[in-house]
Amino acid sequence: MSANDPHRAGLFPHRHLLGIEGLQPHEILGLLDRADQAVEVSRQVEKIRPVLRGRTQINLFFEASTRTQSSFEIAGKRLGADVMNMQVAASSVKKGETLIDTAATLNAMHPDILVVRHHAAGCAVHLLARKVDCSVINAGDGQHEHPTQALLDALTIRRHKGKIARLTIAICGDILHSRVARSNIILLNALGARVRVVAPSTLLPSGIDRMGVEVFRDMKEGLKGADIVMMLRLQRERMNGAFIPSVREYYRFYGLDAEKLAYAKDDALVMHPGPMNRGVEIDPAVADGPQSLIREQVEMGVAVRMAVLEALAAHLPNH
Amino acid sequence: MAADTPKPLVLTNARVIDPARGIDAPGAVIIADGTILAAGPEALNQGTPYGAEVRDCDGAVVAPGLIDMCVSVGEPGHEHRETFASASQAAAAGGVTTIVTMPETDPVIDDPALVDFILRRARDTAIVNVRPMAALTKGLAGQDMTEIGLLKEAGAVAFTNGHKSVRNAQIMRRILTYAKDFGALVVHHTEDPDLAGGSMNAGLNASWKGLSGVPREAEIIMLERDLRLVAMSKGRYHANLVSTSDGAGVVRIGKDRGLDVTAGVSINHLTQNENDIGPYRTFFKMSPPLRDENDRMAMVAAVADGTIDVICSNHDPQDVETKRHPWAEAEDGAIGLETLLAAALRLYHAGDIELLPLLRAMTLNPANRLGLEAGRLTAGAPADVIVFDVDRPWVLEKKAIRSRSKNSPFEDARFSGRVLTTIVAGRKVYDYA
Repeated sequence: MSANDPHRAGLFPHRHLLGIEGLQPHEILGLLDRADQAVEVSRQVEKIRPVLRGRTQINLFFEASTRTQSSFEIAGKRLGADVMNMQVAASSVKKGETLIDTAATLNAMHPDILVVRHHAAGCAVHLLARKVDCSVINAGDGQHEHPTQALLDALTIRRHKGKIARLTIAICGDILHSRVARSNIILLNALGARVRVVAPSTLLPSGIDRMGVEVFRDMKEGLKGADIVMMLRLQRERMNGAFIPSVREYYRFYGLDAEKLAYAKDDALVMHPGPMNRGVEIDPAVADGPQSLIREQVEMGVAVRMAVLEALAAHLPNH
Repeated sequence: MAADTPKPLVLTNARVIDPARGIDAPGAVIIADGTILAAGPEALNQGTPYGAEVRDCDGAVVAPGLIDMCVSVGEPGHEHRETFASASQAAAAGGVTTIVTMPETDPVIDDPALVDFILRRARDTAIVNVRPMAALTKGLAGQDMTEIGLLKEAGAVAFTNGHKSVRNAQIMRRILTYAKDFGALVVHHTEDPDLAGGSMNAGLNASWKGLSGVPREAEIIMLERDLRLVAMSKGRYHANLVSTSDGAGVVRIGKDRGLDVTAGVSINHLTQNENDIGPYRTFFKMSPPLRDENDRMAMVAAVADGTIDVICSNHDPQDVETKRHPWAEAEDGAIGLETLLAAALRLYHAGDIELLPLLRAMTLNPANRLGLEAGRLTAGAPADVIVFDVDRPWVLEKKAIRSRSKNSPFEDARFSGRVLTTIVAGRKVYDYA
């Protein structure tokens, strides 16, 4: 289906958004088109488009998150939904209540949309969605997928480059533990981009060479001719000896600084899903420099989440 | 006592399979006083004992009852998951007449009094034979060896550290050396605990799912280490749950070197692979993890060529409290007593392995390794016998599962091959209605 097909918007046949895997390219593009409109709405003084009026959206976060949760909250509110945030500390889950019990309890409150983040892969995706009646949005499940992040990255790229297809996009850093990387690899491949990953071998998953990417251990090689440089956060507990020997060694070889960025195209753009570790995976001068889209990604996040909520709302029962 | 003795039983018009004598032929089986009087073609013209019940098997297979060498029962400590009563009902329905229990209970079976407890509870509540394995180390902590001599006297048929490997090579070496003096069999789980930190088979599938993997090398390295220690100690050793082609290869090398080594595989690893996990279905989470199709095929071939001696169910009841969690946090384990034979017959129907060697791996081989008289139809052997129809189709429905826990990876599976009757010590304990 052509990217300019006027009929593709509105065609989103899924009840849940559990991952990028399983989405057709025209469905992804349809969401991006909706999101473009949502950007316009969000820049107006009157930001409310009440397509979710009377609906209840619960943000169920088993893992602390400031930006994703607030992004979903604002997106829901701009669409007129009643939004409730639930922070479930991991400790209270361990006290005995299984996830299924939690889901059943919530389900009894008749939410219309459940936005779930969980530290375990597959949780939101295949456990909750089967046990509740409402639509489920995966806001990040362990190291599996983070679909709205990949969508907002794609939206950001498309608004600057006008397309995704045939762009060379280098994803750099802790690929092994990153749900953002998995969702992006699937999405960018689906839209015809050339995807590279750049990381030390200890931070690459097994079988990476069969995941549809070009693999680089040398960052300068990996960035050569890239249109987009996408950095990933390195978790603190993985820094000292477990996967890499030290922060300073990592920064020397895999931190994005002006020298390494110079290997990418002159008009290359820098992205990061946040929160950043300046001086670990990225130089402050690059993070806050003219090629950085990092702040804009946050704005696109709200728009993409509005688009997803709106697309799923079409499937909500009206009686 | 006399009133309690079952009537003699003659099973006629049967296809008699006795792995002990290599028999697979039309014949009969004559049972009296809880033992086998005669079995096979030569039992056809022996007449019938006085007062015997005669059963026409209509061509169905009569074989020794299965001996399942790796069974977890919740008793003591987790009776809500499984008791000897419920496990033995499931076993009888699956054609298993002897269950060999794992010591991973609460408390751990590391004391002679606890072996005695199991034997008494089983005698009072179970309808099949129960033979306990005792812990290899106290509390299964992998540190201090248990009283192997006293436990063996109390009735432990083998010694195992459950689903955990003994990490320390020096401790393992001493245990193998000491156990040898008592002729005790060491049954070991072979997964390097440091490498086996993940929750499914390592590889592309795990990477896409965002799960950390257990590499095949976790098994291969532990198995290679163990066989070096067996060579040093001259101990008796059984690798309980081998799952990889290279693991089977290590066992083969050990046997060729003349070591006193045998190995087992779970029925799950012969009939399923990592793709069956599908959308994070935790009933397929087990240790070792389900491997890829190449390994599954290699394990089937290893059973067929005799490298792998024993097929077990690795029956491990888990309830919703331990299974209804995100994949990585759910417990390992799947039930399997009730489906052991039916699932194994898939290999026969697929043409991968003949019926006689298939049954040998679930009867004679475990019996010989554990020193049990069962597992054969020779005259004088205990009359633990099953009658089954190799082709009868059926579907495993969750509500029909006899185990107290329902965590079967074969839920809604279609099988060809159904146990019709199960006999333990000459007494019918199961009849398919």
